[in-house]
Amino acid sequence: MNNLPSSSYLNRPQGIKSWLLTLDHKRIGLLYLFSVMTAFALGGVFAMLILLELLSPGREIIDADTYHQFFTLHGAIMIFLFIIPSIPAILGNFVLPLMIGARDVAFPRLNLASWYVYILGSLFALYSIIAGAVDTGWTFYTPYSVETTTSVISMTLGAFILGFSSIFTGLNFIVTIHKLRAPGMSWFKMPLFVWGLYATAIIQVLATPVLGITLLLLIIERVAGIGIFDPAMGGDPVLYQHFFWFYSHPAVYIMILPGMGIISELISVFSHKKIFGYKAIAFSSLGIAFVSFLVWGHHMFVSGQSELAAMIFSFLTFFVGIPSGIKVFNWVTTMYKGSISLEAPMLYALSFLFLFTIGGLTGIFLGALSVDVHLHDTYFIVAHFHYVMMGGTVMAFLGGLHYWWPKIWGRMYSEKWARVAVALIFVGFNVTFFSQFILGSQGMPRRYYNYLDQYQPLHAFSTFGSWILGLGFIVMAIYLIHSLFKGRPGGANPWGALTFEWTTSSPPPHENFAEIPRVEHGPYDFDRVTAKSTLGETI
Amino acid sequence: MSQTAGHPSFLQHHFSDAEQQRESAKLGMWIFLLTEILLFGGLFCAYAIYRSWNPEIFHNAHVHLNVYLGTLNTVVLITSSVTMALAIRSMQLGRRTATLRFLAVTLALAAVFLVIKYFEYSHKIHLGQLPGKFYTYDGIAGTNPHIFFSVYFLMTGLHGIHVLAGMATIAWLVVRTSRNVFSSEYYTPIEMTGLYWHLVDLIWIFLFPLFYLVG
Repeated sequence: MNNLPSSSYLNRPQGIKSWLLTLDHKRIGLLYLFSVMTAFALGGVFAMLILLELLSPGREIIDADTYHQFFTLHGAIMIFLFIIPSIPAILGNFVLPLMIGARDVAFPRLNLASWYVYILGSLFALYSIIAGAVDTGWTFYTPYSVETTTSVISMTLGAFILGFSSIFTGLNFIVTIHKLRAPGMSWFKMPLFVWGLYATAIIQVLATPVLGITLLLLIIERVAGIGIFDPAMGGDPVLYQHFFWFYSHPAVYIMILPGMGIISELISVFSHKKIFGYKAIAFSSLGIAFVSFLVWGHHMFVSGQSELAAMIFSFLTFFVGIPSGIKVFNWVTTMYKGSISLEAPMLYALSFLFLFTIGGLTGIFLGALSVDVHLHDTYFIVAHFHYVMMGGTVMAFLGGLHYWWPKIWGRMYSEKWARVAVALIFVGFNVTFFSQFILGSQGMPRRYYNYLDQYQPLHAFSTFGSWILGLGFIVMAIYLIHSLFKGRPGGANPWGALTFEWTTSSPPPHENFAEIPRVEHGPYDFDRVTAKSTLGETI
Repeated sequence: MSQTAGHPSFLQHHFSDAEQQRESAKLGMWIFLLTEILLFGGLFCAYAIYRSWNPEIFHNAHVHLNVYLGTLNTVVLITSSVTMALAIRSMQLGRRTATLRFLAVTLALAAVFLVIKYFEYSHKIHLGQLPGKFYTYDGIAGTNPHIFFSVYFLMTGLHGIHVLAGMATIAWLVVRTSRNVFSSEYYTPIEMTGLYWHLVDLIWIFLFPLFYLVG
């Protein structure tokens, strides 16, 4: 049977200081894992509380003002503290250098700095909870965000600082991918997760500074009353929305693109078949990154932008569907006649395919100008972006987390309990959010504390779903933590994958590889090469 | 440079040679400069919008800026870019004393820029030509003339912060150079700071005509 290596990045060097001052990308990935998952748990608690409040009309547990604060905190924490750093900063940090055969990212100190900046930004964001939690919604629209007495400044300052963390990661990844690939790894020999991270990093670097200046202007507006977003003083509140979405629309692709990269890995490895349309998938990531900068106006169809602009933005929005569709078709075609094995990571990948397709198609509904005017600011929007963000990104993240878990820790989690958790999360997710599509199409507005009796059954259905979902995550937390101590060693390559990170021991040594690996085959050449699973049994 | 020639002290363990390390630093720096351009891009966009909405106010307000001080500052900053480039060149040739001298001149010119800016600002503050609700001056015709000064102080203020950051970095370079860290083999930090300094200069070259000259 497999044994854990006696010396790995986990136990050498030792001591708390060696972790807090580490320059090792694997350890920094783990620092991110713990802090980002803490934020995820916190955001999840707020989500459960919001849905509990919505169980029936009127007051359930909290009053209307607290409700506004809770949905703002849920949104801001989930977006800025969880989903943006989740895949790049945790999994990307851990596996990117391993996948391209490098010893580390290009700038290890900048990498560590990004984590400290993340912590600093998080502290500002969390401070706002004590200091009268912000109640504007995570979008901080003016003029309300300038007028409200809640702590807008500490939350936006937090988001501003978190932006630097995101820029540092993106900058580091671009340089790493350009300059540190192992000899022989040409651009089209790179794993598709690396392509996904590359496209993501481009958006992080180009879009985040604009959010930075926007939030800075908002803070200065609040502190000094410069009037730049205040119509009474000759300013323009819609300019705020333009600035905000110029970042925040590309930002949704910061969230989904790395997830799509993970799905490409999972589908190929668990179908034991060469990926179909490698170049199409790689270029469609760059295509999405490009189009993402041209569609921000579709958030503002009813905000008073010109009709012509609205029509152009609506038209451009449809283009997002093309590269996304290319990816989905390629994944499905990869599975065709593959020998598919249904371990937990693959179950997450399949969940992603179902849920992302629903989320993507409803996005096309919303991009259509006339339909959006009807559905704008209803639960239909809420359901749409949860299908993309949670059904898409979170499913991909969980798939990737389970896939690389044996590489990170050297130990396997319980496959049986992992399947139970996937089932609970998949069912719970659909119960929670599919009902919201129906609610929205019937006219239930988002962000409302109270509602008409006719919406009660669907709201209650959604709340029940959130309990199933919560149970799924609790089960997952238990078996994952359990596996750290009791999981059986999985060996270097438990899944029989062909990318570089599986050629080194699990967990990898401090230097990643004893010797820099040589490229002898493509990342998905399952037709030419067989990698035997180190689990030693049919899986 | 190969591994067999020995491992130079400045080479980090994860790079295979000095060339790779230098190229990585350069690419990283250019990407960072790109983020700076986008950061200022938001403000340039705000400038364009408010100018197109209030052309008379922008015209009436801009005559209150001191073109002579603005021109002087432009000359000061361009000269500092030249001395920065000379500092890099000197280190490439291994002339440490000359590098130190050019870095010190660059630092001094940056300080001169900020001193001139200080006089400009204090004059504006004295007259009440200030952003938003702090605007008290009444010599400019038209509604909301403060919007010009909002944009002016935001953009030149953010630029001033970048000058300060550049000064801190150059001061750090002076210390490192005097401690003999750099050589004709390894001068990447000086070169990267130079790139940053030229960008700060370049942004001013756009700010100067947009505020002081265009009527």
